[in-house]
Amino acid sequence: MPAAPRTGARRPGMWTIRGPLSRRQYWLFAALGLLVPLGLWWGTSSLAGVDKVFLPGPADVFNRLVAWYTEDDLMSDVWISIYRVTMGFVISAAIALPLALLIGTFRPVQALLEPLTDFIRYMPAVAFIPLVMLWVGIDESSKIAIIFIGTFFQMVLMMAEDVRRVPLAQIEAAQTMGADRGETVKLVIFQAAKPALLDTLRVTMGWAWTYLVVAELVAANSGLGYSILKAQRFLQTDKIFVGIILIGLIGLVMDQLFRLAHRKAFPWLYLR
Amino acid sequence: MRIKISIQHVGKVFGEGRQPVEALKDVSLDIADNAFVTFVGASGCGKSTLLRIIGGLEYHTSGEVLVDGAPIMGPGADRAMVFQHYSLYPWLSVMENIKFSRRLRHGRENLREADVEAASGRADALLALMGLSAAANAWPNQLSGGMQQRVAIARALMGRPQVLLMDEPFGALDAQTREVMHDLILHVHRLEKPTLAFVTHDVEEAIYLGQRVVLMAPRPGRIDTIYEVPLPAEREQDMKHTPEFLALKREILARIRETSGMKADQDMLDQLNLQKAEAAS
Repeated sequence: MPAAPRTGARRPGMWTIRGPLSRRQYWLFAALGLLVPLGLWWGTSSLAGVDKVFLPGPADVFNRLVAWYTEDDLMSDVWISIYRVTMGFVISAAIALPLALLIGTFRPVQALLEPLTDFIRYMPAVAFIPLVMLWVGIDESSKIAIIFIGTFFQMVLMMAEDVRRVPLAQIEAAQTMGADRGETVKLVIFQAAKPALLDTLRVTMGWAWTYLVVAELVAANSGLGYSILKAQRFLQTDKIFVGIILIGLIGLVMDQLFRLAHRKAFPWLYLR
Repeated sequence: MRIKISIQHVGKVFGEGRQPVEALKDVSLDIADNAFVTFVGASGCGKSTLLRIIGGLEYHTSGEVLVDGAPIMGPGADRAMVFQHYSLYPWLSVMENIKFSRRLRHGRENLREADVEAASGRADALLALMGLSAAANAWPNQLSGGMQQRVAIARALMGRPQVLLMDEPFGALDAQTREVMHDLILHVHRLEKPTLAFVTHDVEEAIYLGQRVVLMAPRPGRIDTIYEVPLPAEREQDMKHTPEFLALKREILARIRETSGMKADQDMLDQLNLQKAEAAS
């Protein structure tokens, strides 16, 4: 028997509200979103009358990348920057995590620390440079300190919010099973908040990278941020482009690593 | 009959200062050992607050609540609680959820090898009782809402609590699943013999499950009427259609409406009925 002719609504298209998008279509649009700006950049830079100092083309930037890698020890700049960002970020996370658990769990700690943190986080990290130089000096720790200042206060507040969002029923269920205060924090609140906390780490890692250039304002003589600043002095616009793009790429890779870790660590959130 | 829970002149005022809200006023009730008592009432009548006070999750501001003659001092494993939802631990498997109390200090203290084995056997037995044996290693969010609540009940029963407090445990389930859960919880009550206090907004559920139905009224939260359910101890779904059942249901619903204090809603309903009558004539 032949299939009955169908009537009625068709499969919704991709432009219906919250409509479906196949994998192929997804990658198509993603590629489009990357290639169109690249094309525009390339097109604009090769127009007659556009000075390379104002807008170097993709080819110039690539050549500079190769030159930087072969002649100027690009990798040591990359590694020292990764080191500074990671150290600032890790120290920040190590202090923020226990504080956030306390702020999100105990109201007195929240009252004690949250207004203060809210106040400090609006202070510009750049403005702390003279103070950091005064107190910490001008060696590696000063760069790490700037990244710490830029990241820590936001991180604490966001993590405290993650902790506060643990469903009360999960906490109370433990209490009615006989959990004491310490056990409730350790076995329920921290465990329940973990996925959100890792997500917050991922987001704040991105912010840590945005403070790199600021951090390398402090008496640095290496690093991606420092290189961008130096290139500015010599009007090497193509080198500025390389530095910015590299920071973006490193950030993207780290972001993906965090997402991968999230999937591996919390498989029950990725069942479908 | 031994009294398990004694509530005497309990009052609860939320908030201090300018606008305190009287959630409970002079509530007195004795609940016998192994009884199954259900609580219904319009929203704001304090039925959940009362349950949470018994559970030690909320404190009362006047009167006293005694369990086995002793005043309650916060939550404890002798009074297990089942919540409406979000109480399971999504990072633990079904089995690990049920055995959660074994991770706690009080669950580990003074244990002999035999106790540990017995507990393991109990977890298995509870899984089987709840029809969850096949799902032992699943994560909670792989289960339907009804199955999740069965895990929550099994977990609450694990420590052999003498009192089981249930706060609208089936409120988020569909009607068919709820019927199954009703017979299951009655079975659990017969088998494990806890004293069971059960809060619901569903009058039919309250009558079908309860030996007594406590109707509470709002503003301030108080006990309005206590109904003895005129049904045999062994309940069957068909009893829901008997005249006694329906009469009691009608009576309780009418009383809830009277005490709800929702005058505007009531007036609007009357208006609609009036219009209908006029259109018919």
